[in-house]
Amino acid sequence: MAKIQLNGKKTIIKANLSVGDLIKKYKLKESNIAIEINGVILPKNKYNKKRLRTNDKIEIVQFIGGG
Amino acid sequence: MKKDKFIISGRTLKSRLIVGTGKYKNFKQTAEAVKASGADMVTVAVRRVNILDKKKPILMDYLNPKKIIYLPNTAGCFNSEDALRTLRLAREMGGWKLVKLEVLGDKKTLYPNMIETLKSTSVLVKEGFKVMVYCSDDPIIAKKLEDLGASAIMPLASPIGSGRGIKNKLNLSIIIKNSKVPVIVDAGIGTASDATVAMELGCDGVLINTAIAKAKNPIVMAQSMKHAVIAGRKAFIAGRIKFLDYGSASSPKKGII
Repeated sequence: MAKIQLNGKKTIIKANLSVGDLIKKYKLKESNIAIEINGVILPKNKYNKKRLRTNDKIEIVQFIGGG
Repeated sequence: MKKDKFIISGRTLKSRLIVGTGKYKNFKQTAEAVKASGADMVTVAVRRVNILDKKKPILMDYLNPKKIIYLPNTAGCFNSEDALRTLRLAREMGGWKLVKLEVLGDKKTLYPNMIETLKSTSVLVKEGFKVMVYCSDDPIIAKKLEDLGASAIMPLASPIGSGRGIKNKLNLSIIIKNSKVPVIVDAGIGTASDATVAMELGCDGVLINTAIAKAKNPIVMAQSMKHAVIAGRKAFIAGRIKFLDYGSASSPKKGII
């Protein structure tokens, strides 16, 4: 198990989960989002390689309506 | 007559009306209003995904970014650091290089912080972004932004969402005359005539959100704004008549009975 912070919320995930697995778990489409881990943008081609560790701070963003 | 083209950073837009996608009742209404407006560019904001609600609808399901140009903004950012972070994320999302920079300086007036805006513009241009910049209607600042490499200058007409219309026509006119990049009035438009006046002044385009989204009937207002922008542009190209101090009869005197 790993304790991460996902979009500001404390979340417990399986140990050694990849970012690719994480977005699948939340049914997110890779093309619709961007991800930042500990303040650094993670390029899309690294989603499957990057494993999440305890204390990682993950931000997943998308476009919403705005002026 | 030469074809009147609206080009921003090498992209030709069909409409001189750019619309914001905030404040609508729902995404369906957003999409309908955008369609009615005839706009081919829309502004969008970058926000956290709602992780807990997997079924929550998303904007992209209603407005296809392959068919309409998304212009990511930095709404809600009050310093350069946050604005840069937001736009770098937007670029990562799908390669958006053409962006709208908006660094606010005050929560009440929503006036831009031009010191942070200038700083951000400089960094973004160096990073290869094409930056359309929301700014105050100060001609010196507008020129400075152009010198820094902004792709478009977007002065406010009055505070964001205020619907107060154009408060300083003279400043806007000076900015338009001085600018070699497109000038787009962003913020403050309240109704169709405001958009027309902006275009008559010689603006290259207008960006409207609240005036459409919060109208009693957003779809009809979107249509109205579409025509208002076209009317104003045509009037600008046609060239208005001179102001006279006295009357000038329209019917000939010859042959009066």
